[in-house]
Amino acid sequence: MDPQSLKYSPSDEWIHVEGGVATVGITELAVHALTDLVYIDLPKVGKTIQVDDVFGVVESVKAASDLYSPVAGEVIESNTRLADDLESLSKDPFGKGWLIKVRLSQPLSAELLDRAGYEANWDQRH
Amino acid sequence: MSLLRTPLYDWHASHGARLVDFAGWEMPVQYSSIVPEHKAVRGACGLFDIAHMGRLRFTGPDAARFLDHLLTNDVSSLAVGQIRYSLVTNDTGGILDDVLVYRLPQSHMLVVNASNRLKIVDWIENHRSGFDVVIEDLTLSHFMLALQGPRALELLQPLVPVELSQIRYYHAVETTILSRPGLVSRTGYTGEDGVEVIVPAADALALWTTLFDQGTPIGLLPCGLGCRDTLRLEAAMPLYGHELNESIDPFSAGLAFAVKLEGREFPGRDILAARQHDPQRRKRVGLKLAGRRIAREGATVWIGIQKVGDITSGTFSPTLEQSLAMAYVDPGSAVEGTAVEVEIRGQRESATVVKLPFYRRPVTKC
Repeated sequence: MDPQSLKYSPSDEWIHVEGGVATVGITELAVHALTDLVYIDLPKVGKTIQVDDVFGVVESVKAASDLYSPVAGEVIESNTRLADDLESLSKDPFGKGWLIKVRLSQPLSAELLDRAGYEANWDQRH
Repeated sequence: MSLLRTPLYDWHASHGARLVDFAGWEMPVQYSSIVPEHKAVRGACGLFDIAHMGRLRFTGPDAARFLDHLLTNDVSSLAVGQIRYSLVTNDTGGILDDVLVYRLPQSHMLVVNASNRLKIVDWIENHRSGFDVVIEDLTLSHFMLALQGPRALELLQPLVPVELSQIRYYHAVETTILSRPGLVSRTGYTGEDGVEVIVPAADALALWTTLFDQGTPIGLLPCGLGCRDTLRLEAAMPLYGHELNESIDPFSAGLAFAVKLEGREFPGRDILAARQHDPQRRKRVGLKLAGRRIAREGATVWIGIQKVGDITSGTFSPTLEQSLAMAYVDPGSAVEGTAVEVEIRGQRESATVVKLPFYRRPVTKC
């Protein structure tokens, strides 16, 4: 994925939409801030989620962070390989480190940010 | 109130440290990240700025006698150069702080937790009447670092005229370091061999940068408070505010070795003597979790529908590559091998009570 072409949430998720399906991950800035990931929990395929629902958790040596859904719909794929390979989330958050794919039940929120907006938002929070 | 800074603040800031508020000090929590810093200490050497630790000097004819009336461990029997772990207890036997007391040739010194320094200074002021003792707080005028790991001694050795391998564990010598006065002790909070060094604040940067420059080629990393916590947890050393607080007594904490009751007087002594063999006391135990999730402070420990304890610290151990925790549990659940569950964010995870410490350093060959 090209980070410049993605949408972002202020809770550090990225979103890529293609053919009514959103791929969701977390950003390199969030992954870098967490450091030393040890555990991830993702939803099962078939689960329905709403915007701002907690859909999973990622834990590092330092802290546990909830994952908030920036989209609404049904989870049609979950990147279960990450549980045994958190390296790929650390190293490639926009590629192999994707988290879930969601068949959208409603259009993307207009409040999602573009890359520049997300970076400005990040700087504000840090 | 503005945060205190150690003499190395600028160095930390310019070397990528993430600085956080810790007990009123702006301290590095990590430079790179916790795991590599942790592994540097276990495998080679780590350099820690611990200038936030409180350093109190006691002189005067009653210094030893006063400390003996303040601390749970015996002070008068210390040999010159010897260091002892002790607790400061309140009138009900609760733990006000855990400290190291040093007997030096001309003085005694107490190293206290940063988070408790002002509380302990007040406590001392309120208990000193009748003792001829002079107390100085050297925390801001002096600097303290910890150099920890299997390569620590060889790294410091060229900077001092004394033979470091002759300093026994929990002993200190007043010497010179880079030709400036300082104190070297064979102590630490990592479970690894190593030293802690105290020098005047003005000499901090020269000493730090010398160790950093000479240590980098052998794998030294500057280390933050993040890995200090994971290292001490593997070594099962208690941390004030987690395993220790004013409502926990030393016996529950597994620190009976630091409490000498016979023929001694200190705050809470009689209450502790009565509680020493209380069978109802909770116990501090180690837990190994089956999965990789981390049991963090405050999580509940269950056996079936019964709540049996509370987690005080937990982390993912970089050395053992396993999720570890310490907890206080009911005495019936404190037996090694007991199967329990820890509630982590609404889900129960299997865990087993294990022997502490989780990690013991390999015996060094002489």
